[in-house]
Amino acid sequence: MNLSAELVNFAYIISAALFILGLKMLGHPDSARRGNLYSAVGMALAIIVTLLADSIVSFEVIALATLGGTVVGALAARLVAMTSMPEMVALFNGSGGAASLLVGWAALYDEILGTSAPSTFILITIILSILIGGVTASGSLIAYGKLSERMTTAAIVFAGQRIVNSLILVGIVGSSVMFCLEPTLGSQWFWVLLALSLVLGVMAVIPIGGADMPVVISLLNSYSGLAACAAGFAIGNNLLIVAGSLVGASGIILTNIMCKAMNRSLANVLFSGFGAAKAATKVEGEVKPIVADDAFLILEAAQSVTFVPGYGMAVAQAQHVVRELGELLEKNGAEVNFAIHPVAGRMPGHMNVLLAEANVSYEQLVEMDDINPRLPNTDVVVVIGANDVVNPAAREDENSPIYGMPIINVDHARTVFVLKRSMGSGFSGVDNPLFFKENTRMLFGDAKQSISALVAEFKS
Amino acid sequence: MEAVFLSFILMLSIFLGFELISKVPATLHTPLMSGANAISGITVLGALVAAGANNSEMATWLGGASVFFAVINVVGGYMVTDRMLAMFRKKPTGGAA
Repeated sequence: MNLSAELVNFAYIISAALFILGLKMLGHPDSARRGNLYSAVGMALAIIVTLLADSIVSFEVIALATLGGTVVGALAARLVAMTSMPEMVALFNGSGGAASLLVGWAALYDEILGTSAPSTFILITIILSILIGGVTASGSLIAYGKLSERMTTAAIVFAGQRIVNSLILVGIVGSSVMFCLEPTLGSQWFWVLLALSLVLGVMAVIPIGGADMPVVISLLNSYSGLAACAAGFAIGNNLLIVAGSLVGASGIILTNIMCKAMNRSLANVLFSGFGAAKAATKVEGEVKPIVADDAFLILEAAQSVTFVPGYGMAVAQAQHVVRELGELLEKNGAEVNFAIHPVAGRMPGHMNVLLAEANVSYEQLVEMDDINPRLPNTDVVVVIGANDVVNPAAREDENSPIYGMPIINVDHARTVFVLKRSMGSGFSGVDNPLFFKENTRMLFGDAKQSISALVAEFKS
Repeated sequence: MEAVFLSFILMLSIFLGFELISKVPATLHTPLMSGANAISGITVLGALVAAGANNSEMATWLGGASVFFAVINVVGGYMVTDRMLAMFRKKPTGGAA
C-alpha cells in the first residue's frame, strides 16, 4: 500500500492534535495517564503512515533498528529504579539528540547527492540539527555521568573556561560558514563542525554542579525538542516542527520554573560554577542531637507533622518507610503532609515521583508557597536528606551564595528534626544555620534506619 | 516560500506549547518532562525516511542508526512515563490502583 503525500500529511495533522491533547491532559493527575496514551497513539499513527508512504522502499535496516531500539528502550523503562529516574531521563534525552544529529547528517547526503544544488536555507537547518542534536547527545551523556555519580558531581571549572568556550563557538560558526560556501560530502569543515558540536555539549554541562541538575535536565529536554524541530526544517516535515517546538517550549518553561525556585538567572546557572562565588558567614554554635526514643515521644504528642524530603531520601531509599511513618502518625491523630520544594532532588518533580512510588497520595503533597504560611502552626517538621532548600541563610545571610533563594521555612515550626548522616555541609557546600537553631534537633544516622526505628517505636 | 511556511508553523507551535504547559502542577513535572521527551522522539519519522528511501548507502546506515536511537527515545519515554503515572494515586490505599 502506498499512501500519497497528502494522505500522510493529513494523518500527521491527527497526530499533532493527539500530541497537543496529550500534553494538555498531562497537566492534571487524573487525566495524565490517558494523556500520555493519546500522545503515544499519535506517535504510532505517525510512524505507521510514514512507513506506508511511497518514499520508503526498503525495510531491512528499519526492521533491525526498530527491533533493537524497542528492546533497549523497553528494558530500560521497565528495569530502571524510580530513584534512578533522573539519569534515565537524561539518557532518553541524549538518544533523542543523537537521532536528530543523524537525521541531519543523512539529509546532507540526500541534499548533496540530489539533482539540484542544496539551498543555503536547507544547509543551515541541517547544520542546526547536527549542532543542537550533538550538544544534546553529548551534554546528556555528561549529565547522565553526573547524575549516576559515575563522574564527579561537583562543578568542573578551570581558568580560561570562557575563552575556550568562546573559541569553540567561533569555530562552530566559522566551520558552518565554510561548509555552506562549499558543501561537499568529504568537506573537512563538516567534521570540524560535528566534533565541535559534541565538545560544546560536554563543555556546557561540566561546569554545572549537582544541585543545579534540575535546570540542566529541563534545558536538555528543551534542546532535544529544538533538535527535532531543526531536523523537521532540514527534511521539510511539518510534524517534526510542531512536535519539536511543543517539547522545546515545555522544556523552557520547566527550566524557567527551576531557575525561579533557586532565585538565579539561567545565565548564572550555566556559567557560574556554583559555590565558588562568595564565602558565607561562618556559622557557629552547638547542635543538639536527639535519639530515636526521644524523637518518638515528641512525634507521638504532635498534632501536625510535615515531612520535607530531599535528595538524601532518594539516596537512602527511605520513601517507603517515610510513608509508613506518615500513616502511623495519621492513625495517631496527627495531620500529616509532605512539603516539596521545586528543586528538591535532581530533576523537576523528583520527590513527587518517589513518594508516589511509595503510595503517598498526591493530595498530601504540598508545594512550597502553600506550606510556608502553615509552618508556624506545625508541631513537628521532619527534614529528610534536604539541606539547601531549608537553609535559613537564604533568608538571613546576605553573604550566602544561596541568599534570596525561596526556601521552605522549616525553622518557623515549633520543632524541627533534621535527619542527617553526619555533620557537614550540603551538596552546594553551604553551611546551614538551621542545624544550630534553638528548636532544631539532629537525628544522626542513615535516614532509612532512623525512620525505621521510629516506625518500630510506634508499633511497639 | 517553503521556508516561510515552515517558520509560520514553528511560531504558532511555540506559542501553543507555552500556553499548554504553563500551568502544570509541580507534582507532574517529571512525567511531563519524560512524556514530552518521548514526543521529541518524533525525529523517528525523518529517520525512517532516511533509512528506507534507498538514496545512498551512507544515508541508509545513518538513518538506521538514527531509527535505533529515536525508537529508544519513543518506546522508553512513553513506557517510563506510563510507569510513573500509574503510581500517582488519589487516596493512600494499600495497593489497588
